[in-house]
Amino acid sequence: MSDGTPTKKAPYVVPIGPIHPALKEPVQFLFEMEGEVVKKADFAPGQTHRGIEWMGMHRNPVQIVHLTDRICGICGVTHSLAFARAVEQIVDIEVPARADYIRVIIAELERIQSHLLWAGVAAHELGFDTLFYLAWRVREESMDVIEYITGNRINYGLVQVGGVRRDIVPDQHPTIKKCLDGYRDLLGKMLNLFLNDTTISIRCKDTGLLTFEKALELSCVGPTARASGVVKDVRVDYPYSAYGDLDISPILPSAYGGGINGDVYDRIVVRLLEVAQSVEIIETCLKEMPDGPILWESKLPKLLSACKKAHGEAVGRHEAPRGECLHYVAMDGHEAPAMWKVKASSYSNLHSWIPMLEGEQLADVPIIVASIDPCLSCTDRVAVLRGVKRDLMTKEDLHRLSVEKTRRIQGC
Amino acid sequence: MALPMIREILAQVFKIPATNPFPARFLPPSVTEFLKKVGAGEATINPPVATPPRFRGKIVYDRDGCIGCNLCIRVCPAHAIEFIPETKRVRIYVTQCIFCSQCNDICPKGVLTMSPEFLLGTEDRFAESQIVE
Repeated sequence: MSDGTPTKKAPYVVPIGPIHPALKEPVQFLFEMEGEVVKKADFAPGQTHRGIEWMGMHRNPVQIVHLTDRICGICGVTHSLAFARAVEQIVDIEVPARADYIRVIIAELERIQSHLLWAGVAAHELGFDTLFYLAWRVREESMDVIEYITGNRINYGLVQVGGVRRDIVPDQHPTIKKCLDGYRDLLGKMLNLFLNDTTISIRCKDTGLLTFEKALELSCVGPTARASGVVKDVRVDYPYSAYGDLDISPILPSAYGGGINGDVYDRIVVRLLEVAQSVEIIETCLKEMPDGPILWESKLPKLLSACKKAHGEAVGRHEAPRGECLHYVAMDGHEAPAMWKVKASSYSNLHSWIPMLEGEQLADVPIIVASIDPCLSCTDRVAVLRGVKRDLMTKEDLHRLSVEKTRRIQGC
Repeated sequence: MALPMIREILAQVFKIPATNPFPARFLPPSVTEFLKKVGAGEATINPPVATPPRFRGKIVYDRDGCIGCNLCIRVCPAHAIEFIPETKRVRIYVTQCIFCSQCNDICPKGVLTMSPEFLLGTEDRFAESQIVE
């Protein structure tokens, strides 16, 4: 096989997952190998389906908004914001301007912590654990500020249909500003540690290539798409909340001075530069936050009855740290929504694994898989297979087979 | 070969750990034994990191002020609140609670609040500490 001549032997298939130390989340990969090189890659998600949408169909929107917090462990505000925006459109709720600014601030803080978490995971997948610890230590500062604003570290419980539940008072500004200044000073160091390091350069440059055409064709979203040069960002393309008042543009890897290759290295560049962008956004929002109420209706029973009367369907979108997240909600005058569908951002990005992985070496699989920042627990939904036969042997089936074999042997 | 991390690693040697050693400053041979000793008053626990001002911990229920209006049950996402018809009061299962504090927002009498208590782990779902009524 070493001389490159094609062999007639069946390809060697390496299965990785669903539970595997190299993968942070449960997904199964099947690689057809030729030596060390991946010839054909395939994957099977669907290992962590939790039926959260079904749970939502038996609850009212005010309950679901806190259920959505639990869809993802990292994106604590992404799903609740997208869901709340969908319900607000159906019920025709106008969110107060101050609440919009607070939503943006918390969404950007979330982007900071998520990207730093990813940077740590990426360093870990490369075997560079020192950098992993450093990234996770500096991430804690943003987690502390989130905890300071919302009360909890991960499940913030901040977003409510029609606004936010907690205000940011002027007394809190110094603590938030201190954290932001810390990140501004830190960014130069992080860029230096990640991008000028030989270990990272040799492993990440020209690894896991996703071309501009492929990224467009597969409808990739978020930093994965932007690293391939696709100018795409919901915050800019379809501004919502306070993003319309802000002067932001999607970050491409060329902003760092280099070209656009669409490799793992470019994905690191995009994410680190987005941390800097988020710091600027939070600073502007804190400065320009208008006064006023933070909730459309502070009396929850009134909000509940308004939701109960509503008819219609809507789509709520939000640019999560991983890309566009979409919630479809339909309501028909009952307490619970008639339909609720979640499209997490990773759903759009998973298929980019196949062009990225094919032609790469097995040793590059962990970093390439991690490079799109997959979040499978949010992605997994019910998959209906049509026209595909799937063999699933239950205990009863096996028992029946066993009995049949005994009878066959005995000849009766 | 550029390795900018080296300086960082050397500086790290002189820094104190970023994490808070909990429950003991040094790892005891057995954490369970150590906690038993704490319970008997022979050892002291290394305090956890202080909770932030808006922290949502174990729920506190003022039974006397409750009017039994059932509104909290309508907004509880986790179905953690049960209505007891005989006494016209509610019972809250802390093991079910997701600490969203939505019941605090809707309560017309303000009898539900969140305390900063968060060390709630236990083996028994229906232990006395896990049921608030």
